[in-house]
Parts: sequence; C-alpha cells; structure tokens
Amino acid sequence: MNASLLEVDGLTVELPGTARPVLDAVTLRVAAGEVVGLVGESGSGKSVTARAALGLLPPGARRAGRVLVGGEDVLGAGQGRLRALRAAEVSMVFQDPRAGINPVRRIGDFLTEPLRLTRRWNRRRAEERAVELLAAVGLPEPERQLRRYPHQLSGGMLQRVMIAGALAGEPRLLLCDEPTTALDVSTQAEILALLGRLQRERGLGLLLITHDVELAAATCDRVYVMYAGRIVERATAAELFGRPRHPYTIGLLGSTPPLTGPPARLRPVPGTPIGLDEAAPGCAFAVRCAFAQAGRCDQEVPALLPLVDGADGAGHAAACVRLAEIPSPAEEVRP
Amino acid sequence: MSLALAVLRRLAGTAVTLLVTSFLVYSSLYLAPGDPVSFLVRGRSPSPAELASIRRQFGFDQPFLLRYWHWLDAVLHGDFGRSYLFHQSVGAVIWSRLPSSLLLVAVATVLIAVVGIGAGALGALRRGTRTDGAVLLLVTVGAAVPSFAAAIVLRSVLGVKLGWFPTIGNGSGLLDRLRHVVLPAIALSVTFMALVTRVTRSAMLDQLGREHVEVALSRGTPRFAVLRRHVFRNALGPIVTVSGLLVSGMLVSTAIVETAFGMSGIGSLLVQCVDELDFQVVQALVLLVVAAFVVVNTLVDLVYPLIDPRVARRAGGVR
Ligand SMILES: Nc1ncnc2c1ncn2[C@@H]1O[C@H](COP(=O)(O)OP(=O)(O)OP(=O)(O)O)[C@@H](O)[C@H]1O
Ligand code: SF4
Ligand SMILES: [Mg+2]
Repeated sequence: MNASLLEVDGLTVELPGTARPVLDAVTLRVAAGEVVGLVGESGSGKSVTARAALGLLPPGARRAGRVLVGGEDVLGAGQGRLRALRAAEVSMVFQDPRAGINPVRRIGDFLTEPLRLTRRWNRRRAEERAVELLAAVGLPEPERQLRRYPHQLSGGMLQRVMIAGALAGEPRLLLCDEPTTALDVSTQAEILALLGRLQRERGLGLLLITHDVELAAATCDRVYVMYAGRIVERATAAELFGRPRHPYTIGLLGSTPPLTGPPARLRPVPGTPIGLDEAAPGCAFAVRCAFAQAGRCDQEVPALLPLVDGADGAGHAAACVRLAEIPSPAEEVRP
Repeated sequence: MSLALAVLRRLAGTAVTLLVTSFLVYSSLYLAPGDPVSFLVRGRSPSPAELASIRRQFGFDQPFLLRYWHWLDAVLHGDFGRSYLFHQSVGAVIWSRLPSSLLLVAVATVLIAVVGIGAGALGALRRGTRTDGAVLLLVTVGAAVPSFAAAIVLRSVLGVKLGWFPTIGNGSGLLDRLRHVVLPAIALSVTFMALVTRVTRSAMLDQLGREHVEVALSRGTPRFAVLRRHVFRNALGPIVTVSGLLVSGMLVSTAIVETAFGMSGIGSLLVQCVDELDFQVVQALVLLVVAAFVVVNTLVDLVYPLIDPRVARRAGGVR
C-alpha cells in the first residue's frame, strides 16, 4: 500500500455539554490515488471528520488522537503551517456552493484568493491559473466567468467553480463533503463524473462523503461506514457491497434505492440515530439493531476487528460483538 | 436594462419625490395656524385698505395653486423669497448658516462611522466576552440618551468642569471651529452611534456564522483577510443602508444640538423662524432637509449594487 496522504488515528472529538463524543476513536486512511468513501446517516460525524483533516474543529472541542496530512500533524500545526497545508496539500469541496462561495464577490476572486493571498502570486498569474482551472472543470468561456457573480451561475456550474477552487493549489488530497446533495439529479451524475475524471488525471487521494452507500460502492475503492461518531465497518467497495458484515451496513444497503432497477427492496433502517445528548456505553446501534442482545451489546463498545488475518489497517473490519453469529445477507441484499 | 437607464429612472423618481414634497411643504404651512399677514403688520393696526395692499403685494390674494406655481418657479430659479425676520433674501440667510451645520454633520458622521463600526466589529469578534458585554451596555445606554440630555452632560462635564472644549458659539477659523464642534457632534451622534454599532455587530455575527467564511478559512486564507474580504465586506450592506438613513436625517437633529450649544446653523435657524413665523425661511429649510434626506438615500441606493451585486438583478437594474 502507498504512503497515506491522510491518516486519522484514533481521533476523538468531544463538544462541551454533550453526553457522547462527536467522533469516537475514528481511524481512517486515504492513500495517494485512492478514492475512499465515508458513509453514514445525518449527524454521524462525517463532516466533522473531514473538517478535522483541514484542522478545523468546532470551537471549544476537546480532542484526542492524531490527524496526519502528508505525514504532517494537522492538529498540532501552527497557524502558518496549517494555512500552507490548506493552500497546497488538502482542500475541500463543500456540499452547497451557493452557501460556500461568497455571493458578493466575483468568481475570479474566489478562484484566485488562495493563490494571491497565501502563495503571493500576482494577479495576472493567478487569473491565468483560474482560467485553466475553469476550463479543466468544463465551464465554457472561462475568461468571462471570472467577471461573473455566483448568482449568475446555475447550481451545477457553481459546484464546478467550487471544485476548480479546491484544485487551485494543486492539492494531493481532496475532501468532498456530499458534493452533489445540493444539486438536481441530472447535474449530480455530471459532477460525479467530473470528480472521477479529475481524480484519475491528477492522481488525487479523494475522500468522498455521502449518505448514499450504493453511490460509495459504485465510485470508491474502499469505504468506511460511520455510525454515531464511530467507524463500524470498513472494507473494499466490492467486499462491502458483496459481503456487508455489520448489521448497520446491512440495513443501509437494504435502505438505499438501487441506482438502476425497480426500488422494490427499499426498506429504511428502522428507528433514528442517537443524538449527542445520549450516551452509548455499549454499541451505539443497539437500540435499532435486530440482533441486539441484552447483556452483551450494551456492555462495552465493540472494537473494530479485522475479519481477515494480516490486514494492515485497511482490510475488511467490523465493530460488532455478534459478528460470528450474523450471516452476511449478501445474496438477500444483492440479487 | 442598461445601467444608465436604471440610474436615470432612479433620478426621475427622486425628482418626483422632491416635487411632491415641495407641494406638501408649501401647502402645509398655509394650513398651519397663524396668518403671515398678521405677522407682517405686528405692532400696528392697519386699515382694511392697507391690509389688502399688503395681501396683494405678497400675492396672498391669488388662488392657492397659482401662488404655489409662482413660488416653485422662483425656487427653481434659486429664489426662495425674502425673510420677514432678517430683511434679507432667504438664500443668503440659509447660505450663511449652512457651512457650520455641514461641518457639524460631517464630524458627527465620521464619529458614527469610526466609533459605531469599530465598536460593532469589536463586539462581534469578541462575542460573549467582557468587551462584547461593554459594547452591548454602551449600545443600550447610548440608544436611550436623547441628544439634548447628552448635550447637557457633555457641556457641564467636558466643557464647564474640565474646560477641555468651548461650550458656546461657533468659533472662528478652521481649528477653532473644529474645537467648537466636537461636543455638539458627540451629542448629535450618540444615539446614531449606538444604532450603527448594533447593526454592525449583528451583521458581522451573521456573516461570521456563514459557510462561505468557513470555506475561505479552509482554503488557507489568513484570518484577517477573511474578516476583511468576507465578513466585513458582506456586512457592509446593512451598515451602509442604516448609516445613510441616519446621516441623511441628521440635519433635523441639529436643531436641538445647535440650540443647546448656542451655535448658529440650520437647526437653530429653523427653531428661530418657526417661533417667529418666518414662513419663507421655514419653507426653504424644510425643503432643504427633505432634499438632503432624499438625495443621500438616492446615493445609497445607487451605490448599493456595488456592495451587493444580487440587488441589482432583483431591482431589474444593473445586470
Ligand atoms: N460546530 C459545531 N458545534 C456543535 N455541534 C456540532 C458542530 N459541528 C457538528 N456538530 C454536531 O456534531 C454531530 C456530527 O455532525 P456532522 O456535521 O459531522 O454530521 P454529518 O455526518 O456530516 O451529517 P450530515 O449528513 O447531516 O452532513 C451532529 O450532531 C452535529 O450537530
Ligand atoms: S454489537 Fe450488538 S447491537 Fe451492535 S450491531 Fe452488533 S449485534 Fe447489533
Ligand atoms: Mg455533513
């Protein structure tokens, strides 16, 4: 395996006034050229994880564990180093470009800002780069777009601008936090295709956050499944899709409408995830789990255990105390 | 629609507003109690023939609309009539007092902008700290203090007790005039400063919580640049709107402050001429005050699309 671009190691983040950590010993890695999915329901901590990779933790958060980007400790880095990392090593494509791009500044300002302010490029050089970027993300008439304002672009075009902006510093690691959720369906596929192409062309390490497990399985090399701030399963996309092991993952796969074919197998995971105000002394999924067993599942937090011997921290693993007793319903979920 | 056309339309609207205002001003003064003719003959008891001749001389025998038309025609040619009180043309009376009021308003505007925006930004950036608490306290107190009360306190403490500033008159020469205008300007701006502080603080807090600010930080933009380019820049819309509204109405408020500090200016002139029923001057002053209000707000409207390009489209103006 390649050297990791992103290494999150036992990251725990606690907010004041909450009963459980937002992130609980999250361990995750993204290698160069690898597309990694991070899947989970709303509130499971996906965005907090991605922001931690940028050194952006919620104010007042207590933390433990490490986050390394390109081998450099992000959480311990000083402001100057952190800015340099953000401007050149790692960047994020946010969910909603309408909210994420300043509405009163021009597209050109958005694209050139990190180049001019952090890299100290002059205006001409930065604008030339901006034009290249806009062409790379497939916007017509890039020179003209530089002078336009965000409200003059459609959502899909604006998300392309967001992606171009994320690529401005030629990062090696790209974090995409639900990059298509705010777009209409036809645009979603285009944006995903664009991200895939850019990732291949530039050999980017890409962390794709989504709550759509089928999408993750279709586009990623490996996938992490997150529940209530914990990683409950990790596997290659094929493994996860073919042989999901954690009851939550099994439920998720059952609850996602297939990209093709009739949505006959749609059955959402029953119940709602626990909030930050509810402690989880045992398995956080227990209240919703069909396999939950009193006396076992509510006693201690299940460890994320490798299912295959010799896995180097990237092989199939799941966090469930009854793993051996639960058959993987591969055939049932996947005809 | 082209920019020029949008601007033209806005200016035409302003002209119509001013025309309507002029009519209201002219007619309302004739509806007010007190007959200008009785003022003119004060101290004497004229014969009916004399009265009629005075009425004719000042045009009071003509129909109302015709009188308005003559007045408007003259006003448009820069002739506001003669002041009964000062035996001078109204233009000369106002002109001699305008500079000192403009100086007062200008100094107050600078105070409002610097202190109001500065304190508001400080409160927003130090949200929830003791500094923010102090800002909020000052806003509450400042907004509640009427300018005459501020004038009294400033005069007696900074002026009379400590002797730092003169307490009466306009002064002569630029430096002396500035010294004379400090206390009145503070008194005039206290309430407005508080309002601008509050608007600045809340607009900046609003922006600080926006995602585009987080995005900018996530891209390595230095914190100060984020505050300037994204937080303050985006908060500018509400700040400019409110400041424009306040500053444009400030000529009226000079009445209280100039009277309190015994200054000669537009405000004290207005008080005096209302007292003495000098209608021609009052008409011109009211027109001037309204015109200042309308013109400043037109300017703000015209500048606004530069501050927030989204507005231009909504207003059907600049594309
Ligand atoms: N700055 C913050 N202050 C307080 N709580 C926060 C903050 N950021 C996130 N949280 C809380 O942390 C939890 C995880 O949030 P996060 O945004 O990571 O979820 P998510 O998995 O990205 O969900 P979604 O799919 O809705 O984006 C949520 O309960 C959220 O309310
Ligand atoms: S540990 Fe228990 S409750 Fe949790 S997923 Fe496994 S079986 Fe279900
Ligand atoms: Mg999220």
